[in-house]
Amino acid sequence: MRLTGLFLVMALLAFAVLCSIAFGTADIPLGHVIGSFTGYSGTQEQLIIRTARVPRALIAASVGACLAVAGALMQVITRNPIASPSTFGVNAGAAFFAVIGAGLLGFESMQAQTWMALAGAGISGLIVFVMGSMGKDGMTPVKITLAGASIAAFFASVTQGYMLTSGKMFDQVLVWLVGSVAGREMNALTAVLPYMGIGMLLAIVLSRHLNVLAMGDDIAQGLGQSTARMKGAAALSIILLAGASVAAAGPVAFVGIIVPHIVRRIAGSDYRWIIPYCAVVGALLLVAADLGSRYIAMPKEVPVGVMTAVIGVPFFVYIARSGRVAR
Amino acid sequence: MSRYRSLRMDRPRLSFLIERRTTWVLAILALLCAALMIVSTGIGSLPVSPLEVIRSMAGKGAAAHEVIVNKLRLPRIVIAVLVGASLAVAGAILQGLVRNPLASPDVTGITEGASLGAVLFLFLLGGSVPISWMPVSAIGGAFAVTALLYLLSWRGGVSPLRLVLIGTGLSAAFKSLSYMLIISGPLILTVKSLTFMTGSIYGVSWEKDVYTLLPWVAVLLPLAWFQARHVNIQALGDEVAGSAGAHVQRSRLILLLLSVALAGAAIAIGGAISFIGLMAPHMARKLVGSSFGGLLPASALIGAIILLAADLAARTAFSPLDIPAGVFTAAIGAPFFLYMLYRHRNS
Repeated sequence: MRLTGLFLVMALLAFAVLCSIAFGTADIPLGHVIGSFTGYSGTQEQLIIRTARVPRALIAASVGACLAVAGALMQVITRNPIASPSTFGVNAGAAFFAVIGAGLLGFESMQAQTWMALAGAGISGLIVFVMGSMGKDGMTPVKITLAGASIAAFFASVTQGYMLTSGKMFDQVLVWLVGSVAGREMNALTAVLPYMGIGMLLAIVLSRHLNVLAMGDDIAQGLGQSTARMKGAAALSIILLAGASVAAAGPVAFVGIIVPHIVRRIAGSDYRWIIPYCAVVGALLLVAADLGSRYIAMPKEVPVGVMTAVIGVPFFVYIARSGRVAR
Repeated sequence: MSRYRSLRMDRPRLSFLIERRTTWVLAILALLCAALMIVSTGIGSLPVSPLEVIRSMAGKGAAAHEVIVNKLRLPRIVIAVLVGASLAVAGAILQGLVRNPLASPDVTGITEGASLGAVLFLFLLGGSVPISWMPVSAIGGAFAVTALLYLLSWRGGVSPLRLVLIGTGLSAAFKSLSYMLIISGPLILTVKSLTFMTGSIYGVSWEKDVYTLLPWVAVLLPLAWFQARHVNIQALGDEVAGSAGAHVQRSRLILLLLSVALAGAAIAIGGAISFIGLMAPHMARKLVGSSFGGLLPASALIGAIILLAADLAARTAFSPLDIPAGVFTAAIGAPFFLYMLYRHRNS
């Protein structure tokens, strides 16, 4: 049952990717899309497909998958339903470091930028985690949410200020503030793919243990799990997934919060299913949001991060209103 | 001699109870603020000595200095004072109402709502309506967020946690809507709007900015002070306040409206300058205690001082670059927020 569901979502994803390649400011018939791979002849249409549309669809799919899985992991280890890379400032930290790396330190290569983003994700995540678990009652939803929101506001504001005044990267301001998959080349994906792959693999390996961890620290320890080691491994996976995503597409918001909640509705509470489902549904969501973003302000394109925020906030409000956070 | 001094008026019938110590603290803060205004006016690519600044303000300085001081630098200084004071008072009222030390216009999304109002004004009405109407639009945006926030957080009462959570969500939504507008609009407005969203008081003038903001502040700040005694009694809790004869719900609404209007007006001119509404009231409470008669003026002065200092740093630290002041308030505000979180870690 859950397996057929997964295949169904995968089929939907494949369809969405095809649509994403075919539709946009210039619509291209599906036959020509396939033709540009089987019989490449260098026409303008085929050039658009191979250099713009295909990288864009693939980046959207992989970033969506990574952010969704990172969100699911964060929700388990913080036991907080509104945890996600964007609400807890991990994305903003990664974006800030990537921008500083490119603008101030002169790192040109995609590799260096990825490493900066990973470092930023790790540092901001660590600050939020430490600040959120201070005090004798340990980590509470209020504390960690407030710490995350303020760290996110801080990094976003400093990033914005730096980009506005340096003038060097002005054309990319919106990419690094809200996240966008438009105009990225294939090498933006190939550079981050190894990190994404390791992060994803780690998440899948961990998924069995997450089931135990989700029961709470006391029970997990009682069952013989080393919770600290488990959380450390999950944190590493989150940093890899979120940092690599930000390096490729900027701080796309709310994917990490929406998708795990949808997935829990369809796939239940077994993390061995939740993780793969999150990956596929996250990819589907971002590809679909990216497709929609091309039609809102035709002929201009709205960055996909704006779309996900607009879809995500009603969701967020719904979760915040439901009793689970507010006790 | 009593510890308190009471200020009474027969008509309108008002009275304030102010600690004697508080009057001294307020006087010192006011002096500090005035001194910072004068020193900051003197600092720039062409330095002017503090004495010469005072002479120029009085119209007795060298002609070149008078132009620099009165035409170019003073509007920016005055705006810093007005915007800083308004944001700080808005935050102080909000914290008193929500009874949560972490409430502020930024956390609750009011800032982003006001920015969206202002960006909407720039894009839709930019040419056709005089700029002095921009505060109305920003205040409208701030009110829209507040109404939405109250509505969405209401579930048989408003819990501070829900308010903060939903506030962060709304903040993200309104920010995205602003970005959407910025992208779909003409390119010339992009830089202007983005700078606005970081918060900057660069290039303000007497006519366009000071005279637009001044009436709002001149009306709203005293009004807020007159309402101060209602905040005091609210701090006792709804039941006690009600049985002491206070119209709890009515005065809460008035205070909320005042706070939102102050924040909206300040943001219309200064942009989304963050964290002042959070920091200033806390510092003020340390100095004068939490009685609102003294807390509001102290917050206003401290807010003004913070923004003056931040703006001074913003225009001199990386000279000749003029960095938006909002970057500096965020750079000190976020660590301050984390420190507050640390202080309240056990409550």
